[in-house]
Amino acid sequence: MTINPELKYSRDHEWVKEEDGLLVIGISDFAQDALGDLVFVNLPEVGDAVTAGEAFGDVESVKAVSDLLSPVSGTVAEINEELLDAPEKLNEDPYGAWIIKVSDVTATEELLDAAAYEAFCAEA
Amino acid sequence: MNLIFEKSVKGRKCDILPKLDVEPVALPENLQRETAPRLPEMSETDVSRHYTELNKQVHGVNCGFYPLGSCTMKYNPRIDEEAAALEGFTNIHPLAPKSTVRGALEVLETLQADLCEITGMDGMTFEPAAGAHGEFTGVLLIKQYHDSHNDTKRTKIIVPDSAHGTNPATAAMCGYQVVNIPSAPDGCVDLDALRSVLGEDTAGLMLTNPNTVGIFDENILEITKLVHEAGGLCYYDGANTNAIMGVVRPGDMGFDCIHLNLHKTFATPHGGGGPGAGAVGCKEFLKPFLPHSALMDRPGRVQVRAFMGNFLVCVRALAYVMTLGREGIPEAATNAVLNANYLMQKIKGTFTPAFDRICMHEFVLDLSGYEKETGVSALDVAKSLIDYGMHPPTMYFPLIVHEALMLEPTETESKETLDWAADVFRKLYELGKTDPEFMHNAPHNTPIGRPDEVKAARNPIVRYTFA
Repeated sequence: MTINPELKYSRDHEWVKEEDGLLVIGISDFAQDALGDLVFVNLPEVGDAVTAGEAFGDVESVKAVSDLLSPVSGTVAEINEELLDAPEKLNEDPYGAWIIKVSDVTATEELLDAAAYEAFCAEA
Repeated sequence: MNLIFEKSVKGRKCDILPKLDVEPVALPENLQRETAPRLPEMSETDVSRHYTELNKQVHGVNCGFYPLGSCTMKYNPRIDEEAAALEGFTNIHPLAPKSTVRGALEVLETLQADLCEITGMDGMTFEPAAGAHGEFTGVLLIKQYHDSHNDTKRTKIIVPDSAHGTNPATAAMCGYQVVNIPSAPDGCVDLDALRSVLGEDTAGLMLTNPNTVGIFDENILEITKLVHEAGGLCYYDGANTNAIMGVVRPGDMGFDCIHLNLHKTFATPHGGGGPGAGAVGCKEFLKPFLPHSALMDRPGRVQVRAFMGNFLVCVRALAYVMTLGREGIPEAATNAVLNANYLMQKIKGTFTPAFDRICMHEFVLDLSGYEKETGVSALDVAKSLIDYGMHPPTMYFPLIVHEALMLEPTETESKETLDWAADVFRKLYELGKTDPEFMHNAPHNTPIGRPDEVKAARNPIVRYTFA
């Protein structure tokens, strides 16, 4: 399992980074490995509100459908439409394949740095 | 084997159409197709052999043990099929006047009385087409009840995280916000978690008992009391009624509204896409909100499905209930529970039960420790069972157990079959420790071993490409 040292992580295995005033959200390598090969991604629409701790979309593997839980509250500014046709990108390149970008962030969950996230995964 | 299109030979036929004895009439030109459909051309013998060959490649309950979990009864007594095939039932026209179909109405009336008695409900409709449709209808009763009291602040439905996915989907479809509560370590409702989300905005709780891991929630009276005290109603998902029918009643547990999957609990072959029937039962105070149906004339109220719903499923259900009777219904439930506990105890000591306590009609094995030790996963064990002529259990469900195998032997299996099944599990447990590679590659004796499920989901090919 790899952990990108430059990102912050939620306890629900999403990663977060700041880029051009937006918060970019994806899922960690740990998450994609646990989910298995993904075959479908359900994304919100641009302009939708997201709430910290609540689902903003879901991903489907051959095993199960799992909610994507937002680590922040704000407004969806961009979605990665490429994932709709190629959900496997989340498996192949979890730290490259972002899912949504959020603007007007009003609240953020307490996030873990890479070292703390690694310890958190080791316990899981 | 070749596909039916590959077996086609130009000009070969098996005519089954009678001779045309009326004036031919052509369709308007704009409705006519421009090219002939490319149907396979075969003789009757070839067609018969093709489908018999396909039939040999599948495993059904008539072939052997089928412990698929979260699925309930598998073997459907032949007598129920015979009843449903009676011409007096099959030849009714959906628009036949009520006065000419008294027998059909009597089926529904009798079944309604029997199922209300079994579940402790006061009213029932047989219109919904299957379980999810039943849930939708049932939760709409709850919504209408609150609306009728102008109680519009109730916007939330509570669903435990171990619930079937249809529960939150139903609540959302009815316009409710879904509040998920985590299960206690034993898979039951965490009372503190429940208390913390109950309030003035609680419209209701959706629950199945026994729950999704096959455990009867002993706090059920406290759970329904808490919800009622908060002003919410309690909805019973009848998915697991097999384990309790004739023994305890949802109505006595404090539920206000229920659905039964007649096709899962009362004898209709299921799992192939239908038809099913999602009978919805309710307490007296919810009866005014039941939909219009053949059974209940409610002019002005909506009907949730055309005509009499999936009527023949109800005929099978009535035949099942009447042949088993007052003694047989609880006996089927207790046999289902006994068989599950017997098999769990026989397997215990090898694969580990996720919850080491008396179960109801099904139980879950947790293979996460075994997988860490041997590298053999729940999937590998499931695939290996196929080589022994056993249908795999349900895999990777419920989601709250990792590397889960969920077994439900059902009421119809003999002690000999259960002993044999337990032996197979014990053999595989040992095999995984000595030859995990063999199990990674299982099954070894089937026409198809491990289809690429990911590729099938990402790039399904559902249409034959002609050369």
